[in-house]
Amino acid sequence: MNFEFSADQIQLKDIARKFLEKEDSVKRARAVLEGKDSYDEELWKLIGEMGFTATSIPEEYDGLGLGYLELCVIAEELGRSLAPTPFSSSVYLATEFLLKLGSNEVKQNYLPKLASGSSIGTFAHTEKNTAPTELNIICEVKDGSISGTKIAVPDGDIADFAVVSAKEGSVVGLFLVDLNSDGVERVNQPTLDPSRSHASLTFNNATAITLGSAKEGWENLQYILDRAAVLFSFEQLGGAEASMNMAKEYAMGRFAFGRSIASFQAIKHKLADMYIAVELARSNCYYGAWALSTDAPELATAAATSRVSASQAFNECSKENIQTHGGMGFTWEFDCHLYYRRCRQLAANIGSQSIWKDKLISSLERANQL
Amino acid sequence: MDFNDTSEEAKFRKEAYEWLKANASLKKGPKDGWRAASEEEGLEQVKIWQNKLYESGWACMHWPKEYGGRESTPIERVIWGQEISKFKVPGGFLEIGQGMAGPVMMMYATDDQKARHLPPMAKGEEIWCQLFSEPGAGSDLAGLKTKSVLEGDTWTINGQKIWTSGAHFSDWGILVTRSDPTAHKHKGLTYFFLDMKSPGVEVRPIKQISGGANFNEVYFTDVKIPDSQRLGAVGDGWKVSLTTLMNERLAVGDASGPDFEEAFNLARGQDLNGSLAIENGAVREKLADWYCQKSGLKFAKYRNLSALSRGETPGPQSSITKIVSGNKLQEIANFGMDLMDSAGILRMDEAEADQSMYQYGFYGAAGIRIAGGTDEILKNIISEQVLGMPQDMRADKGIPFNEIPSGNK
Repeated sequence: MNFEFSADQIQLKDIARKFLEKEDSVKRARAVLEGKDSYDEELWKLIGEMGFTATSIPEEYDGLGLGYLELCVIAEELGRSLAPTPFSSSVYLATEFLLKLGSNEVKQNYLPKLASGSSIGTFAHTEKNTAPTELNIICEVKDGSISGTKIAVPDGDIADFAVVSAKEGSVVGLFLVDLNSDGVERVNQPTLDPSRSHASLTFNNATAITLGSAKEGWENLQYILDRAAVLFSFEQLGGAEASMNMAKEYAMGRFAFGRSIASFQAIKHKLADMYIAVELARSNCYYGAWALSTDAPELATAAATSRVSASQAFNECSKENIQTHGGMGFTWEFDCHLYYRRCRQLAANIGSQSIWKDKLISSLERANQL
Repeated sequence: MDFNDTSEEAKFRKEAYEWLKANASLKKGPKDGWRAASEEEGLEQVKIWQNKLYESGWACMHWPKEYGGRESTPIERVIWGQEISKFKVPGGFLEIGQGMAGPVMMMYATDDQKARHLPPMAKGEEIWCQLFSEPGAGSDLAGLKTKSVLEGDTWTINGQKIWTSGAHFSDWGILVTRSDPTAHKHKGLTYFFLDMKSPGVEVRPIKQISGGANFNEVYFTDVKIPDSQRLGAVGDGWKVSLTTLMNERLAVGDASGPDFEEAFNLARGQDLNGSLAIENGAVREKLADWYCQKSGLKFAKYRNLSALSRGETPGPQSSITKIVSGNKLQEIANFGMDLMDSAGILRMDEAEADQSMYQYGFYGAAGIRIAGGTDEILKNIISEQVLGMPQDMRADKGIPFNEIPSGNK
């Protein structure tokens, strides 16, 4: 049994953690939250120089050609440190779409720039206040041109290109759209987590390149979302563990009624509940990592399991971290709200908890029919 | 990252499987477990099977060879457990002896006592029980009151123990008593082993909420124990108990009863308001939660095994198992009965296993959340021993035991 990251992967994780600590990633997240910038451009450049954006891109496209286990440990540290960068949109989503569905030409044009971080990609899917389905997507592609509007697109204001879901004929396909081209209008959308910018994208006969076969568009989309879900889960896991540790540290040092509040069972049991949620999530995330890295037939199940479990853990830890801090946790000055906000952003990003729970049960129903 | 054995592990697994295949029959399915018609018959079959294990060198995997063990590594012990679970073999009765009494005897008994008691324990010839909890001392075990008084070289024991599994068929017991009520709580305890047939020992079964009786109360009236059967120094009983309890914590595992698969299959066949229950959104959400919990525990176990496989000490992940599985069982039990709507209140017997297991789970979960450390005590352990948070303030610290308030429950 070797259900653990390797010594090299653990070392990489340690390097990522120390780098993000040294660069004050959490402080940078606060600066983006409070300032006018959409992301921390300097940190993004440094992350590119560290090679994190190149992790899973093959060497032929100037990537490092490492595996997905390496990307998982990096994701956990980015989540722990709230890195205010477009990493998730560009690496877990855009890069994956192009790697799996792009033509040789697309790969050669885009992947080297994605690997260095000099180009940012994102994924535009949502159109209204409900989960996108094969039936309710309105954006449409005709003769290579896309029209329609996407909302709540993470990093939509800064990305160079987007992978966009749209109808073509009667099916939903995936399309690559250069966001600096004619016929694209982007408008910033304020969110609950301003450390991660979002925008609406309106297409008016903008040029769209087909990714993969239109017929399998929806299936391809679900597959990439499953892969991305594992990586998002690791970010959530990192955020959950950071929130738990913050709560513990604060409780240890905070005295009331003549003693540390960490000695009260009400607080200890709260922390034990956080620990249980984090351990379940971590174990499920490892399952997801294994399935992602081996492209296992269980990927859909493993991805949904890690996604649901990690969303629950981050939710539990970020809200109870505020509770443990008492009134101080409700202030702008303390960092608790940064994690509370990021928890919500990550939970919303690739679909809600209900949707992923439903996907999990559906994948088990399918597996059971075989 | 993979789920594969190392070559030594694979070799050991093969050896274990082949021996089992030659000596026992494979289960035909997950529900095809060993079951005896009565307790007496079960005990007899366990003794025969254990003797076979002993003769072939498969008894007490973790024990030293000189007492009849195999001196296996922790990972080998786990592999043996995985392989034996594929076979229909007798089980139970021996865990307290081999898992708790044995290790304590090895540490504190004389050489003669070890030679006399450990091999019969390993062979399954003698059954042991643990006499720790009392009506007034459960989670706060060190608050126990059973009195021990020394005269010459004989101790006289008076008091009552409770929750003693198997006391009625045990040959020997391990016992913690209070030898000095004027000392501080943890200082005045003394630990013994005794013959359960000693005059003055009376065993009475406890009727549980399920109607069954798996445990006993044990009354001591002027029971005599020679001082030579004391384990550890007079007043050191707490320290000796901790050795036993550490071994207990390793032994407590998953709650048994309906789990995700059963609930999933039930929902796929059961009508709910005109369509299949599985099509109901609320049902799907609950099932997803249970699947995530079950999967989380499974892979936490795999992480532990990986640490063992690397020769490392496993992390504290396993401390969450009983809390999560006990509560999950209670929820699934209620879910299963709820799906039968109003008829879920009607008691079903064992023959209707697909339905009655939820009703047994309804009772069983209430017990598993208490046995071997309540949810609350386990959360204290997690927060103190894993997260490093301070102990709660104690009202009984530094006070002689006989001056500590003891309430009326």
